[in-house]
Amino acid sequence: MSAHSQHSDHGHGSYRGYLTGFVLSVILTAIPFGLVMAGGFENRFLTVGVVIGCAVVQVLVHMVCFLHMNSRAEEGWTLLSTLFTVIIVVIMIAGSLWVMFHLNTNMMPQMDHDLLPERLRG
Amino acid sequence: MSTTYWETEPHHHEDGASTNIGFWVYLMSDCLMFAVLFATFGVLHGSYAAGPGPQDLFDLRLVAVNTAMLLLSSITYGFAMLAMAQGNKSATLRWLGITLIFGLCFLGIELYEFNHMIHEGAGPQRSAFLSAFFTLVGTHGLHVTFGSLWLVVLMVQVAQRGLIPENQRRLLCLSLFWHFLDVIWIGVFTLVYLLGVI
Repeated sequence: MSAHSQHSDHGHGSYRGYLTGFVLSVILTAIPFGLVMAGGFENRFLTVGVVIGCAVVQVLVHMVCFLHMNSRAEEGWTLLSTLFTVIIVVIMIAGSLWVMFHLNTNMMPQMDHDLLPERLRG
Repeated sequence: MSTTYWETEPHHHEDGASTNIGFWVYLMSDCLMFAVLFATFGVLHGSYAAGPGPQDLFDLRLVAVNTAMLLLSSITYGFAMLAMAQGNKSATLRWLGITLIFGLCFLGIELYEFNHMIHEGAGPQRSAFLSAFFTLVGTHGLHVTFGSLWLVVLMVQVAQRGLIPENQRRLLCLSLFWHFLDVIWIGVFTLVYLLGVI
């Protein structure tokens, strides 16, 4: 296998692919920024949900359009290692937040929101 | 009489045949490192120690411009890879140069933001929230810094030796690195800046 065929089976994408990814990314960036800068919805959780949802979709767009991920690259090992990483990342972040949240509420019951700074805006 | 049930001769690999998957695994391990920093920030994001919080510090317009810089640098790097696939050396170098300019703009804006915050007394030593913030965003900035250095080195390599297979392989690795940094930045602007200000 020549060096060139290695590259071509990994894929460089196309102008169309990059432009699609770019336009989708711009939209998926503009929505959360516009939403937050305009003050967000009445329901705070809805705002958080939309912002995080846009981020997740944009990550997927980047992976497909820019990183050219698919189930065939490197005989599936790229996808498999990515899925493994995603699982570890979710466990690490969700686990840390979960444990530390309970630690905070159980160990420091009187440390309330009095110490938070005054909200200047919004 | 002995029979071997496995191959005693090592497989023959083409030069660089395993570089792509190896580099991908490096990126995944880098991703785990960022996950730890994100988890740290998530745990400490409310520990202001009576100091300034996200709403006092963050200027979303600046972050939006920064995000645009990184996104533009991502697509211009993509165009550099397309030019490389066509064997067009001068176009590759031109797009890499534009990518470098966007990357440096990103770094300049980030340094301006850090400098501004530190001058306001909101340095990394002010509170746990700010320590976590500077570690996470600073680590991403360091990655972009080293990516830019790598970009300069590759531009010199391509200028001197052209688009030889080795340089194509290196450019492909840097493209993965560069796009990966943009993916991490999505997490940063969402979880640190936007959720901080909501």
